[in-house]
Amino acid sequence: MRPIHNRPLSLNMSTNKKLKDFEEQIRQCVKCGVCQAHCPAYRLSRREGDVARGKVALAASLLDGGVKLEERLEQNIGMCLLCGSCVNKCPNKVATPEIVAAIRREITDNKGLSLIGKSVSTVTGSRALMQAITKGGALFSPLVLKEVPKSSGLRLRFPMKRMEARTLPKLPLRNLFERVPEFTRGDKDKPVVGFFAGCSITYVYPVVGVAMVKILRLLGYSVHVPRKQKCCGVPALSSGAGTAVEELAENNIKAFGKYDESIIITACASCYGGIGEYYATMEHADKTLSDKVIDFSVFLEKHGVVDMLRAMKPWPERPRVTYHDPCHLKNHGITAAPRALLKALPNVDFVEMEGASLCCGLGGTFSVSHYDASRAIGAEKIPGLRDSGARKIATACPGCIIQLQDSINHAGLEVEAVHILELLEEALMAANTE
Amino acid sequence: MIDRQTVSRLEEIVGAANVSVAQSDRITHSYDATKEQFLPDVVVYAENTEQVRNIARLADSQKIPILPRGAGSGFTGGTLPVHGGIVLVLTRMNAIREIDSDNLIAVVEPGVITADLQREVEKQGLFYPPDPASKEFSTLGGNVAECAGGPRCVKYGVTKDFVLGLEVVTASGELIHTGGQTLKNVVGYDLTKLFVGSEGTLGIVTEITLKLVPKPEAKKTMLVQFETIEGAAGAVSEIIRSRIVPTTLEFLDATTIDCIRDISPIPLPPACRALLIIEVDGDPLLLEKQAQQILSVVQPMGVVDVRIAETPEESEEIWQVRRNVSPSLRKINPDKFNEDIVVPRSKVPDMIRALEKIAARYQVPIVNFGHAGDGNIHVNVMVDLRQEGMAATVEEVMAKIFTTAVGLKGSLSGEHGIGTSKARFLGMELNAATIGYLRGIKKAFDPHNILNPGKIFFEADTQPASVIEYEHEQET
Repeated sequence: MRPIHNRPLSLNMSTNKKLKDFEEQIRQCVKCGVCQAHCPAYRLSRREGDVARGKVALAASLLDGGVKLEERLEQNIGMCLLCGSCVNKCPNKVATPEIVAAIRREITDNKGLSLIGKSVSTVTGSRALMQAITKGGALFSPLVLKEVPKSSGLRLRFPMKRMEARTLPKLPLRNLFERVPEFTRGDKDKPVVGFFAGCSITYVYPVVGVAMVKILRLLGYSVHVPRKQKCCGVPALSSGAGTAVEELAENNIKAFGKYDESIIITACASCYGGIGEYYATMEHADKTLSDKVIDFSVFLEKHGVVDMLRAMKPWPERPRVTYHDPCHLKNHGITAAPRALLKALPNVDFVEMEGASLCCGLGGTFSVSHYDASRAIGAEKIPGLRDSGARKIATACPGCIIQLQDSINHAGLEVEAVHILELLEEALMAANTE
Repeated sequence: MIDRQTVSRLEEIVGAANVSVAQSDRITHSYDATKEQFLPDVVVYAENTEQVRNIARLADSQKIPILPRGAGSGFTGGTLPVHGGIVLVLTRMNAIREIDSDNLIAVVEPGVITADLQREVEKQGLFYPPDPASKEFSTLGGNVAECAGGPRCVKYGVTKDFVLGLEVVTASGELIHTGGQTLKNVVGYDLTKLFVGSEGTLGIVTEITLKLVPKPEAKKTMLVQFETIEGAAGAVSEIIRSRIVPTTLEFLDATTIDCIRDISPIPLPPACRALLIIEVDGDPLLLEKQAQQILSVVQPMGVVDVRIAETPEESEEIWQVRRNVSPSLRKINPDKFNEDIVVPRSKVPDMIRALEKIAARYQVPIVNFGHAGDGNIHVNVMVDLRQEGMAATVEEVMAKIFTTAVGLKGSLSGEHGIGTSKARFLGMELNAATIGYLRGIKKAFDPHNILNPGKIFFEADTQPASVIEYEHEQET
């Protein structure tokens, strides 16, 4: 079967690597087994085929012809959240998520996209579609997917029977682009900052995006929120939709630059991993975008916001708040900046929770393809959260928020999952009106 | 090759979902940390003792090898299915059955991860000391099979010192119990000690009773840099002679220090040619005194620099120096031969000097670090096997290293075991009569040789073509 998308490759365009491009990386795995301690999928199944070492062994066998794309191999390769925890702790930094994504693309090339992959590449490739879907009411609802053009020939359907129990946020009627201008002029001596919002902030949590823009304006920056930005490509990467990733990367690289932005901020850890990291690892990588990407927490800490918060008078009523480390920040070493902000907030009583760095279980499209496993991984967060006594769990990734809130709802806890930016906006705006 | 009927029987025992002959599963259960690969015929995940018994009965009647497997993180080929057969995965038998704070014991299934047990007992103010570097992923079943050690063993001892009793499934599927829940027990032969370190060749451990100790109140970490390895070794002797037994006494030799100098969080000047990481634990008031005492006895030994951690973060920084070692070794060469010889504590400098000579003579880098407190040296021969003749050179280097260690009244392995990777050297340390006794024991426990066959005892057909069996040198 042919790949779904078919278009001529433009020269110099960033393209996905092939599995054989990882030959040297695969050889670097010394089979020590360290990844077992850090892989959320393995911690659940305790099957060697599900851990990074097993997947790398399968990749090696695929390359030397020792195994074919059989059912079990596809299951093993499916059991990966692309969180990167294994790479972080690997003595030789073997890039297992990239290897897994490459195998998923081989599976796609061989058999065509899975239904999930088809949905993802169609939906995330089209802003109009995303808009239509969210307007319809529920992002994951099978009803809204009827909006997908029939002309594509795809029978688009999320496997809802596996996800009946999923609790989802109520979707807003107006998305981020309808709430903030494309360009806001700031102080003359401050540079223009680009904001890459990503799908979840744009369509599910636009309030987070609004908070980001407000805070940047308050600090004096000019802000560019390009309307032409599309999905970062992580869900497509996760489901083996290689062509979609390449198209999205090309689109997003072009979407910025109009105002000569020297900084591109993300407030979604997955997007940070996508536009900040994955684009830079592609074949013929165009790094103009990746090189400028910075996580909001690092940016704000660097620009004096922690001190600004510390100088504020603590609120008399401060809810106890804990923090969840999104994998795509933790694995880039970003653990201190979000905590520094939370500790400094006058409206928050920060406590650490046990298991703060455990994966939430979302993992791109993993939670759609493996909802039960995803829920079980998410449930591991609950004991630590309960013991912390926190009323809110703050994080720095809207994907994690969706998943954390689902886990919390199933556990029957009275805890709200929020984005740090929401707490930050609350503090800064209150201070500004005083 | 296993026939379809046997696979069906296995499916009846553990359920079809827990049996696989898929090529992918055979591949992902074919290796361990030696990087060697041997395909099993079938992979079976067991969930309880009864299943293990039925699998053993079946395997024994059909003479099919059984390879008990935990995390597969061993360094000597202990879980490699060198004769095919059934890989029996025990990672899902991972219940902590009991933590008894009155009697200071824990009862666990073999698939419990070492560090998971440690975290659980520490919540109750208790302590399980053995701490192999793999503790975050290795299983207690694997620790028992290999008699794992770790840095803290200087003070507390190794795995065998903490195993009070075992439930074991024999080759014929019988269930036997060794030891018990008491510290004192002299009824019959001490089978517990026999099973610990038997590398899965005598039985399949399905339950382990472990001794616990009270958790030390506090600990103190120090890093001392020395001008020479003799200075560091002398310091170790002086510390022990002054009646202090530290929790850990880790050393790094000059070759190791050269590897990590650029990335070390703590400055390591060129004058530093050996270093010790010393940790003491216990009563916080006593610790302060002990730390001062240690400093005063090591001071005359050519000390370059001393650092005492005042906070947990500073202690972490010191341990980071040690943790930097393994990932840095690959800078030297791509292929690592990692051995864990042990010599009497006082012979550590002699061994290091001998290793330097071997490295110079054969022109191969040898990087040494490890547990100075108990003479357990991690010897890493770093080579590039793509170079012609290198495999043969490594073989010679290994033989030289082992001969030297045994000559110093040491041993081939302190904590990794023999498995397949050191089987050919067994005769260097044990004479023929001793090996004959070991073989006799194996035969008594496992007449059909189905339990992890091909391990400990040399077999030419499962070794690389070039290797030879080494004879005991002082054979009479």
